[in-house]
Amino acid sequence: MNILVCVKRVPDSSENEIRLNRAGNDIDTDDLVYAVNEWDNYAVEEAIQIVDKVGGSVTVVSVGTEENEEILRREMAMGAESGVLLSDPLFEDADGRKLAAILSAYIDKNKFDLVLCGAQADEGGAQVGGMLAAMQDKPFASLVNMIEVLDEKKLKIGREIEGGSQEISEIELPCVLSIQTGINEPRYVSIRGIRKVASVEIPTLGASDIGFTDTPLRLQKLEYFQPELGAGAEMLEGSDEEMADKLVALLQAKGGIK
Amino acid sequence: MSFELSKEQLMIQKMARDFARKELAPLAAERDEKHLYPADSLKKMGELGLLGMLVSEKYGGEDMGTVSYALALSEIAAACASTAVIMSVHNSICCGSIEKFGTEEQKQEFLVPMTAGEIIGAFALTEPEAGSDAQAIECSAAKQGDHYLINGTKRFITSGKNGGVTILLARTKPEGSDAITAFLITPDMPGFKVDKVEDKMGQCASDTVDLVFTDCKVPVSRVLGEEGKGFTVAMSGLDAGRIGIASLSLGLAQAAMDEAVKYAKQRKQFGQPIANFQGLQWMLADMAIDIEAARLLVLNAAAMKDRGENCTMAASMAKCFASEMANRVTGHAVQIHGGYGYIKEYPVERFYRDARILTIYEGTNQIQRHVIARELLKKGK
Repeated sequence: MNILVCVKRVPDSSENEIRLNRAGNDIDTDDLVYAVNEWDNYAVEEAIQIVDKVGGSVTVVSVGTEENEEILRREMAMGAESGVLLSDPLFEDADGRKLAAILSAYIDKNKFDLVLCGAQADEGGAQVGGMLAAMQDKPFASLVNMIEVLDEKKLKIGREIEGGSQEISEIELPCVLSIQTGINEPRYVSIRGIRKVASVEIPTLGASDIGFTDTPLRLQKLEYFQPELGAGAEMLEGSDEEMADKLVALLQAKGGIK
Repeated sequence: MSFELSKEQLMIQKMARDFARKELAPLAAERDEKHLYPADSLKKMGELGLLGMLVSEKYGGEDMGTVSYALALSEIAAACASTAVIMSVHNSICCGSIEKFGTEEQKQEFLVPMTAGEIIGAFALTEPEAGSDAQAIECSAAKQGDHYLINGTKRFITSGKNGGVTILLARTKPEGSDAITAFLITPDMPGFKVDKVEDKMGQCASDTVDLVFTDCKVPVSRVLGEEGKGFTVAMSGLDAGRIGIASLSLGLAQAAMDEAVKYAKQRKQFGQPIANFQGLQWMLADMAIDIEAARLLVLNAAAMKDRGENCTMAASMAKCFASEMANRVTGHAVQIHGGYGYIKEYPVERFYRDARILTIYEGTNQIQRHVIARELLKKGK
């Protein structure tokens, strides 16, 4: 089974303190440490496990600048066979729809049985998977937390439903799935994996290579801010221990615990 | 001289950081408190290639070079110094000596499982009456036909209890420069006993023990290197060992500074974060300068080693400076935390205790200065 996994480079929320930029319409991207989007990492692990079971290959693709090579290489060190960078000045500042259109153009020129995306990204809108499936006119399932290959034509998939319920469905290949965290336990990259891919050339494709023509942005970010505290709300600050102490004191003061 | 880490080195640094933060950091405080050996984590580290970083591929190692090794060890130390010291002794000294001096059989029997993390190495040189004066060891090995009978006590042996193989230095002759021989000891040998387990100030998740040998019968096939060449074996791992401890110091100090920065931004006094006060800012700046200087010394010594240059002086300088730096920086980190820094709930309390041994083991800093002065005077400048 040939599987494509779409991966995004995002600010690593465990490494950064996220601040607003001067214009107040986005986060300040200076000095941020980036990593592969967590959901996408689960998707890559799932793809590798499927290929380990039924054969095939895993390709990882990312839209961005040459800095995205770092995350492609990381996912290849995990076990993805090849990586592709889609990079072009036309791709800059893409919204979810445009990202899906770029990926769709790439998929048009290549044949994949299964396309996986992370269900969402830390700073994203959870749009790409669904839109990509629609553009490709392929079946789609979101928030997938279980995949079982039934045969060359069909997958059995599990979906996580709000409230803790589980839904099991069948879906025809080729299809697009958006992957929920927890579907597996992503492996760590090993030194041996790193050595294999550290100097591998990663092909870069531009708009003309994939036959992409620009589409206007339909979603324009205007503002980005942390809401003012409303009446009756209080944000606790400090270390975990300090916040826990304050919380206990507050609950005691209000009669919540005795 | 300038450093630009290669893609591969950056990836290894990131991979070690990722592993250390997810696997080691959450367990470090409990392991310290309960003196729990990090067996599970070491097994995973073996699978990832972190326990054979300097060994050739032929024996399951990664042959990654000392710079990559120093970067990885620093990241492990930033999460758990106890795990880092086990990794350092295992990689720098044990794997290194066996690869350099072991027979093919010995390498297959020990080095291959060591690089896979299936067994951890210990190195037994120090004795109750022989520390810095390593030539004064009394532990004896008397040859009797096809085996040796070993008698004596080894002290402060890292991984002596939980390791699977110990490189033992023992006296095969009363005196002379060829009086000491290295042996490969396994815990199943009759007459080998793990005695006192030390109750230490820091690095509590790594075991530090007395090993007692009473007529311990060791086959001739377990001599590492040649009889009488034990000191050469012992000295061969020193440079890598010192770079290892210097890297550990660097990682620990970086973790302490990161905690101090985080705390100083959160903690409010006099109506504002304490990071706004210049007194604390200057402490943080001094910590950053100290860490950066140590980083350059460590990476320089490692790069010299990778280029095959004599790095004895550079390795001693890195160990000496970085270990003292780690004591200064962890001390500052406690100070910035105020009373909370003295409480076990905050990691800087552990960092401070873990740092104290760094100027003592792997050659005291007095010995390092002796080495540096000797190298300096030898050059005749």
